[in-house]
Amino acid sequence: MTVVNPDDRNIAAILERLQHLPGALLPVLHEVQHEFGYIPDKVVPDIARALNLSRAEVHGVISFYHHFRSTPPGKHLVQVCRAEACQAVGARELEAHIQKTLSVETGATTADGQITVEPVYCLGNCACGPSLQVDESVHGRVTPEKFNALISDIGAK
Amino acid sequence: MARVYVPKDTTACALGADAVAAAIEAEAKARDLDITVVRNGSRGMFWMEPFVEIDSERGRLGFSSVSTSDVQALFDTGFPNTGDSPLCVGLVEDIPYFRDQQRVNFARAGIIDPLDIEDYQSLGGYRGLTRALSLSSQEIVDEIKASGLRGRGGAAFPAGIKWQTVLDTPAEQKYIVCNADEGDSGTFADRLLMEADPFQLIEGMTIAGLAVGASQGYIYLRSEYPMAHQVLKTALASAYRHGYLGGDIRGSGQCFELEVRLGAGAYICGEETSLLDSLEGKRGLVRAKPPLPAIQGLFGQPTVINNVLTLASASSVLAGGAEAYEALGTGRSRGTLPMQLAGNIKRGGIVELAFGTTLRQLIETYGGGTASGRPVKAVQVGGPLGAYLSSAQLDIPLDYEAFAAIRAMLGHGGVVVFDDTVDMSQQARFAMEFCVVESCGKCTPCRIGSTRGVEVIDKIRANKEREENLILLADLCDTMEHGSLCAMGGLTPFPVRSAIEQFPEDFGG
Repeated sequence: MTVVNPDDRNIAAILERLQHLPGALLPVLHEVQHEFGYIPDKVVPDIARALNLSRAEVHGVISFYHHFRSTPPGKHLVQVCRAEACQAVGARELEAHIQKTLSVETGATTADGQITVEPVYCLGNCACGPSLQVDESVHGRVTPEKFNALISDIGAK
Repeated sequence: MARVYVPKDTTACALGADAVAAAIEAEAKARDLDITVVRNGSRGMFWMEPFVEIDSERGRLGFSSVSTSDVQALFDTGFPNTGDSPLCVGLVEDIPYFRDQQRVNFARAGIIDPLDIEDYQSLGGYRGLTRALSLSSQEIVDEIKASGLRGRGGAAFPAGIKWQTVLDTPAEQKYIVCNADEGDSGTFADRLLMEADPFQLIEGMTIAGLAVGASQGYIYLRSEYPMAHQVLKTALASAYRHGYLGGDIRGSGQCFELEVRLGAGAYICGEETSLLDSLEGKRGLVRAKPPLPAIQGLFGQPTVINNVLTLASASSVLAGGAEAYEALGTGRSRGTLPMQLAGNIKRGGIVELAFGTTLRQLIETYGGGTASGRPVKAVQVGGPLGAYLSSAQLDIPLDYEAFAAIRAMLGHGGVVVFDDTVDMSQQARFAMEFCVVESCGKCTPCRIGSTRGVEVIDKIRANKEREENLILLADLCDTMEHGSLCAMGGLTPFPVRSAIEQFPEDFGG
């Protein structure tokens, strides 16, 4: 996850490019989060003005969808699947291992700001669980040992 | 030049396919061998991924579960010109799991390069659209009706009737919307189709556009499928370039524009009216019906909204004719259904069969039983809102009506297998908990009922006033089923009730 200071980029460029799409709000929010790593509160008024919405409407949409976040995530993002197909092959145990290893609750970021752990309900890898996604890559058949190796890989980068 | 096929598929890549493809290219270069690595889609035999294939005189040969550390030894046996490696599983066509399927939606999956439109055409692609362009709108809708095609998203509503309603509703602008928000755990058929054969969906949506007079389509794709997103974007650009989309489709003067839009991690947006609100840029709140989306859908206009497999099937129906499609299946369930074997299963993947096979055959003959080798205890069919079946109930045929008769649901065809270590009271609790997390919040039975459901199940699990709380839970389930606005709250009681009925011992019974 790359978090960029919103001051460094121009939200106007995103809005100018996307605001004329029918139903533009989700595409705009995706683009903002893609650019900044999250959706800073300070850009909400700009988005609202451009799309002729109230700030409350924009805030309502951001908070409705699990994917959008209004605070910066850790340097890396670990999304652990909690759905049934992964439960059937040990997802609960894997999540407990992750929490213990990283000393973090699901939904929070490690104290050093390195890793955010989020729950996800299905990555579509249900034949080869337990599944998790580290940044952009999905991993299958993740054992506690494989998780430890994945974490040391991103630590080494 | 020898061709080597390494799938570019979410599951294959989750098991290391990208690294294997790179290692094969590097090893070939080191040995001065001239090869082309084709990134095909997956065959859907996921337990063997990364599943590498080569051409041979007799057909494609497969190599199972190839890892980067195998690559050097693989080349030592004469790869990619021979199948002498111990990893070789022989002719792909002869693998019983694959051979004994009736592939319609997945006929091309894993064979073609998903992004090569000529590959698609060489195996029957765009024949359906070509035929549709010679028919009137009503004739196309009649074909879909005659095929008996029913919605593959879960509700199994006859597609032809939906299309007819949109055709019969006059409007300046109509829409085709593809529901690609495949959120059910244990399902991946839509993902596999989009990653392995994206043009089939694009063709099917174009046919739908011609059928009802819609000039704009949207694919609403869940954000958890980034690879499918990349594939679709590339395939759409190619379809435009080749004149299969745009203002003048293959010189016919007909217009169809198509765009992919991303969801944002809300399960409820798989519910069609919630999806439409989301596409309009709002919170994904469920709408009361009527009005039906076919009459007032996206932006208030008549809209066909169908699942990926339903729309993709339209291309097969038009290519082969309604009769050929209708000839497959049983009772009122016509055609094929791609079942998805998932969870604790030895051979997980896609099994596309005509309706009517039993669940037991599917799990035992195709799936090979549990991955852990322990006995099957419970099977959840149809996603998180589907009932749990016990091992004694597995002889049920895969047929929409047979499942409905036992208050279960075939849904989108997901089959999640659990072995005997599962605690079903924990699964019942999860069903309610999932509804708490994913409820859109519009109606009270779903929003509040699910929270109370978690609390009541916790009390039962802790053996606090167990009998009274079981009665309370039954009452709560009735309220949720009959009082909720949509299937989220309305069906959450199904896994809960079935868990209690089939596995009373896990609830202290």
